[in-house]
Amino acid sequence: MDKTVANADVAVRRIRDGASIMMGGFGVCGIPENLIAALRRAGTKNITAISNNPGTAEFGIGFLLQTKQVRKMVASYVGENKLFEQLVMSGEVELELNPQGTLAERIRAGGAGIPAFYTPTGYGTMIAEGKETREFDGRMYVLEKALRADFAFIKAWKGDRWGNLMYRKTARNYNPVMAMAADYVIAEVEELVELGGIPPDQVHTPGVYVNAIFQGTHYEKRIEKRTVRHRLAV
Amino acid sequence: MKASEVDKRELIARRVAQELRDGFTVNLGIGMPTLVANYIPPGTEVIFQSENGMLGMGPFPLEGEEDPDLVNAGKETVSEIPGSSYFSSSDSFAMIRGGHVDLTVLGGLQVDEKGNLANWAVPGKMLKGMGGAMDLVSGAKRVIIAMEHTSKEGNPKIMRQCTLPLTGVGVVDLIVTELAVIEVTPDGLVLREIAEDMTPEAVQKLTEARLRVAPDLKKIAL
Repeated sequence: MDKTVANADVAVRRIRDGASIMMGGFGVCGIPENLIAALRRAGTKNITAISNNPGTAEFGIGFLLQTKQVRKMVASYVGENKLFEQLVMSGEVELELNPQGTLAERIRAGGAGIPAFYTPTGYGTMIAEGKETREFDGRMYVLEKALRADFAFIKAWKGDRWGNLMYRKTARNYNPVMAMAADYVIAEVEELVELGGIPPDQVHTPGVYVNAIFQGTHYEKRIEKRTVRHRLAV
Repeated sequence: MKASEVDKRELIARRVAQELRDGFTVNLGIGMPTLVANYIPPGTEVIFQSENGMLGMGPFPLEGEEDPDLVNAGKETVSEIPGSSYFSSSDSFAMIRGGHVDLTVLGGLQVDEKGNLANWAVPGKMLKGMGGAMDLVSGAKRVIIAMEHTSKEGNPKIMRQCTLPLTGVGVVDLIVTELAVIEVTPDGLVLREIAEDMTPEAVQKLTEARLRVAPDLKKIAL
């Protein structure tokens, strides 16, 4: 079984206008750089993007905002992106905000066959408006529905031809759950290894979830806020 | 920032740090709460959790050692320490929502008499989202709000009833400002400590909520 494809451009060919796409990443950490660039080149329009943040104005999902390819964003925090703010204010992009934990769990549920679940998060706030609530053991909860997408763009550190994936540090974030919750999951990895190249205990996403995989190129891996501490003067 | 504003933030962070206990797992919100990490009491080992999927978050790295794959909830570069671990966003929020985080320290726009918190929607601006705040206040064992006592315009932030969109209902346990330490109880807000140069009356004047003065009212000791 060989799920490898040549590159991101090949991988995105099947995506039609209007598709919903989950994209891994937290800020610009652990984002599927090659797939985002390929989608931009393909010019696919009216995308619903599901991701924790809309990148920055200059990078990540920002690339797709610049070319007006995104119609709707499902996210948990959209600050520090002036371009995104403008697009929402002008009505060009629709925004659905979810608490971060709710978004992660909706996606997990979507991949795990759970149609809906109760969470205490957001009870009594704007988030709960229009949603069923229920009491369990004296505490109130909000009913949230699972979230799935047509496609998922996954960024991982290493992968193999079965689609097994291993992530690196905080670049992991949403990637493992998004890899479960889309009809077609494309993974880009920094290093494609032989079967067995990832020790079984270190496979973070078993290959069954992945439909296509390729080794990415030219990763920029930008840092949003480079923050350092200073060596004490000797 | 003016020197006096910096001082206020440091004062608040130093007092909040007194609430840390050895072995606590702590999540610090972005902004002022991150300063708490600078004042961990000696002999107290605290494990910092970062909502984007890390336990045992270390300090900012030395210059030249920044790793783009290693950031905190504010997207700043951080480092590992012996004992660090990584996990996914859903696992991170299972940890948070499931009551495994001992303490979270968050900023606040408003807190009210019932312990309701408003800290994600800024008046007059587009809604930017709540990130992990709503989950943190729902799940953490203890919620401390670190904030200045009044807004930049001099308006009270400790209200009878929050007027801004809520982050959580009845979630706050303790409010720490540069002027006071206020406990949220089922019977309302109790003024437990005041700054060196304050009186309970002066604090009440700057507070819209009704404060009961603790019989054993203390001065904030840093």
